[in-house]
Amino acid sequence: MTAGLVEVHGVHKSYGTLEVLAGIDLVVQPGEVTVVIGPSGSGKSTLLRVINHLERVDSGFVAVGGEVVGYERRGDTLRELRERDVLRQRTRIGFVFQSFNLFPHLTVLENLVEAPVHAQGRPRREVEAEARVLLERVGLSDKADARPRQLSGGQQQRVAIARALATKPEVLLFDEPTSALDPELVGEVLDVIKTLAHSGTTLVVVTHEIGFARELADTVVFMDGGRIVEQGPPAQVLDHPRHARTKAFLDKVL
Amino acid sequence: MSVFQDESRLLAPPPVLPAREVSTLAGLRVVPARHPGRWVATAVVAVLLAMVVSSLITNDRWQWSVVAEYLTWPSVLTGLWGTLRLTFVAAVIGFGLGTVLALMRLSRSPLLRSVAWGYTWVFRSVPLILQLLLWYNLAYLYPVLSFGIPFGPAFAEVDTLSIVGKFGAAVLGLGLSQAAYSAEIVRAGILGVDQGQHEAAAALGIPRARQQLRIVLPQAMRTIVPTSINEIIGLVKGTSVVYVLAYGELFYTVGVIYGRNLKVVPLLMVAAIWYLVVTTVLTVAQYYLERNYAKGALRTLPPTPVQRLRWTVLATTSRLTGRELPASVPPAYAPRAGHLVRTGGDR
Repeated sequence: MTAGLVEVHGVHKSYGTLEVLAGIDLVVQPGEVTVVIGPSGSGKSTLLRVINHLERVDSGFVAVGGEVVGYERRGDTLRELRERDVLRQRTRIGFVFQSFNLFPHLTVLENLVEAPVHAQGRPRREVEAEARVLLERVGLSDKADARPRQLSGGQQQRVAIARALATKPEVLLFDEPTSALDPELVGEVLDVIKTLAHSGTTLVVVTHEIGFARELADTVVFMDGGRIVEQGPPAQVLDHPRHARTKAFLDKVL
Repeated sequence: MSVFQDESRLLAPPPVLPAREVSTLAGLRVVPARHPGRWVATAVVAVLLAMVVSSLITNDRWQWSVVAEYLTWPSVLTGLWGTLRLTFVAAVIGFGLGTVLALMRLSRSPLLRSVAWGYTWVFRSVPLILQLLLWYNLAYLYPVLSFGIPFGPAFAEVDTLSIVGKFGAAVLGLGLSQAAYSAEIVRAGILGVDQGQHEAAAALGIPRARQQLRIVLPQAMRTIVPTSINEIIGLVKGTSVVYVLAYGELFYTVGVIYGRNLKVVPLLMVAAIWYLVVTTVLTVAQYYLERNYAKGALRTLPPTPVQRLRWTVLATTSRLTGRELPASVPPAYAPRAGHLVRTGGDR
């Protein structure tokens, strides 16, 4: 059973001469919650974007559920997939953006229905019923016909989470989901993410909310300078960091 | 002791206005501010406007009776129809092809990108009137058009003149050159859509064609519509250039008529009035199109002129008759005496 397993092997990625990921190896077990922390510019977001192939890697590979992302294995060659096939792979990997990126011209319900119907080809009626259940789960069942800009930031991010869940992904990636929110709205979004933890879906969360990491993470990963400096259970990484850099970072944020 | 006093002041600051004064203020009539400069400017403009109108009426060289007579003359109406037909077909070709060119410019294939770039370069560089004459002479270059396998056998052949006549040449010239301009408008609109929208659509795995048509283009329309209507209005008037092909559109028809009866000015006015009418209709259409694509970009849509007129009438009648104002009228339209806070007037 490998559904939800995320494997990152020897991944390098550069923008021009700037190396953003300098050899990343990471395995996330199915159904677990992994929280990635680290200073800005450490490559956390790029790592997430590499996992669902929004960014192409320079070397190394990423596999989700035992299937290499963006490539197809034939014998001893890895062939780059056509965009259509990459798009199909992405429906198994949900992504929640820092800036929500809801489609402002569509209603909340239409935002949720779009991908399951048009990317996965599932019947609209069934998808709509599921979408309403999802909206209820994030506490927004009365907003189905509203448009995103009529909602608060926290509500928009909860819709974005519901939208990512609508394709029933095995892995959910969160890219600083609360960083664009007013402080009093952070709680409602974290509460929704908490309900997803250990529900079967693998979660990888990039965040600055150390309290959230301590409470929910199975594994905390600390990144700096495009490398994973250390990883382990929160009690170890957050309370007894082995590395000086981890310690320095935690002293600054806590 | 003093500390205690300070604290009590923090907890309960004294009211700025004494309670007695607040109650009297609430009952006072509100007098709007006076603007004497505005009155002077209004008077000057009103006098100038009156001069223009009076000269239009009193100078009988305008020959308004002739204008009225020819305004609905059958051949003038036929000419108007010719203009509308040309505009419509050229706009469809122009924006259809323009959208394709814009998507080609933004595609990842270098060949598609350069072809689209080259097209825009050529068709923007050559004057429209020259293009029209070239298309009209297509039959000289290629007397016969054949359809078949490229560089191979032909299945069908047609006489070029039977396809590209006056109307064909006019539509090709106008439509193809319009495509070059609309391509840039559509491209600018697409580039104006937030990068996050493309990323979200890609992250959800939505197929690429659907990403463009359902997610990106509708949002791009907000910036595409105003400039496009501008272009279409330009096209309506641009059709008058087609008179060089002696095609029976409005301007050519009017010219033929005044060539015969020598009533030049009145007939030019006939054409001017019709161009005005068509442009007015397009301007109204623009307003409602923009409103439609503003959905989601604005929290609440601004009222339409019709709504605004209705609310003003309702508010005025209710003030005069004392009847209750319907709940559908927003509070800004129902200012009442005694309300100190007035919502902003310039909306």
